[in-house]
Amino acid sequence: METSPLIQMNGITKSYGSNVVLRDIDLAVRRQEVVVVIGPSGSGKSTLLRCMNLLERPDGGDVRIKGQSLTAKGVDIAAVRAEVGMVFQRFNLFPHMSVLDNVMLAPVQVRKRPPEEAKAKALALLAKVGLTEKADAKPESLSGGQAQRVAIARALAMEPEILLFDEPTSALDPEMVGEVLAVMKTLAAEGMTMVVVTHEMGFAREVGDRLLFMEQGAIVEEGVPREMFESPRQERTKLFLSKVL
Amino acid sequence: MDFRFDIIEYYAPQLLKGTLLTIGISLAAIVVGSALGLGVGFGKMSSVRALRWPVSAYINFFRGTPLILQVLIVHFILIPPILGTTNGVVAAIAALGLNCAAYTAEIYRAGIQSIDAGQREAAYSLGLTRRQAMRFVILPQAVKRMIPAFGNEFIVLIKDSSLVAWIAVPELMYWSNAMKGQYLRVWEPYLTAALIYFILTYSLSKLLGYIERRV
Repeated sequence: METSPLIQMNGITKSYGSNVVLRDIDLAVRRQEVVVVIGPSGSGKSTLLRCMNLLERPDGGDVRIKGQSLTAKGVDIAAVRAEVGMVFQRFNLFPHMSVLDNVMLAPVQVRKRPPEEAKAKALALLAKVGLTEKADAKPESLSGGQAQRVAIARALAMEPEILLFDEPTSALDPEMVGEVLAVMKTLAAEGMTMVVVTHEMGFAREVGDRLLFMEQGAIVEEGVPREMFESPRQERTKLFLSKVL
Repeated sequence: MDFRFDIIEYYAPQLLKGTLLTIGISLAAIVVGSALGLGVGFGKMSSVRALRWPVSAYINFFRGTPLILQVLIVHFILIPPILGTTNGVVAAIAALGLNCAAYTAEIYRAGIQSIDAGQREAAYSLGLTRRQAMRFVILPQAVKRMIPAFGNEFIVLIKDSSLVAWIAVPELMYWSNAMKGQYLRVWEPYLTAALIYFILTYSLSKLLGYIERRV
């Protein structure tokens, strides 16, 4: 029986100059939980996500992954990041490598897996996201939806315990959103712990275990997605949902 | 106009020797400058102020003073205490290499900083260390963008290597001057030298163009 949360954030603050992006955020994500974060642009949701693997360093507060503090001195941050996968809005595939090499790079270099083993694993993951035939392609030849599915396979290759999604479908043409969400739904069903920043309210309602609404650097309201969509308690949540639903 | 091909023919062995030395010095300086420039470039990007300051001073000095003076300073002031004697070829390679490093440092820096931040973030998010991200993700992409700038720098270096004739390094410019002195004619030695320099730089630019397409 595991009780301690996978991600524990306490009193996270972050500012850029005089612009306060995160105000004293507390958040705990349990194993196998799918937490969906919504809110207007500039509300701090991407920054919050990026604090979870220290792509952004919080000004104050503590981030713990499996009880290990990321903000303490002397932490091997690369080792912690290896356990926390991230999928970006702009995919960020490595354009000078084939799709297969994109997926294999970290397992071989970070986990020191033998290349044959990493390749077999990578091909299995590409099959899982439906892109076996693209293994030797260069990222530039992929559609947005395909690129994002490769990016998910690349993150999964490290066998992370947590996957962070930073607006994974926002840069996609509408007809490609579905294929990426389908992969994400499969992962959620398999028990992957996920934190998803998104504007896809359908996904939030269907897949999310918990919904966070952020505005101006604070979590305004959180709850079960269905209940929050149907009867938001806060006026600001109501106002936001009335615009996006 | 009488253009005396016969004296060019007569002087061909010296011109050839000079050309080979020009090529040798230039290649050595390119190697020194590119390797040193990588270190200097990373120093310039360092978050440590104590490292950035001397590196900036180095770059400013070598970009802000005439190369001919740098050649003379290296030859007469820097090399003798190290080798115990003057050595024209060593001084030439050192001066050209040090000068080249100041320029390539900026090429490395600009190339590396031109890579989208998302690439570095993706590498970090996969658990790669800074060094691994640089080696496997950033540099391979940056190098391709750096090639044209490197080409320009190397072409400038080949042409500027003619300045080391001042410290009596027997390269192409040195022998052209010697030829002028011997025959008291300017057209033949200088036009011949110009043609040879042009062939060297033009070949290099073609080679780099080829490499750029292949990378």
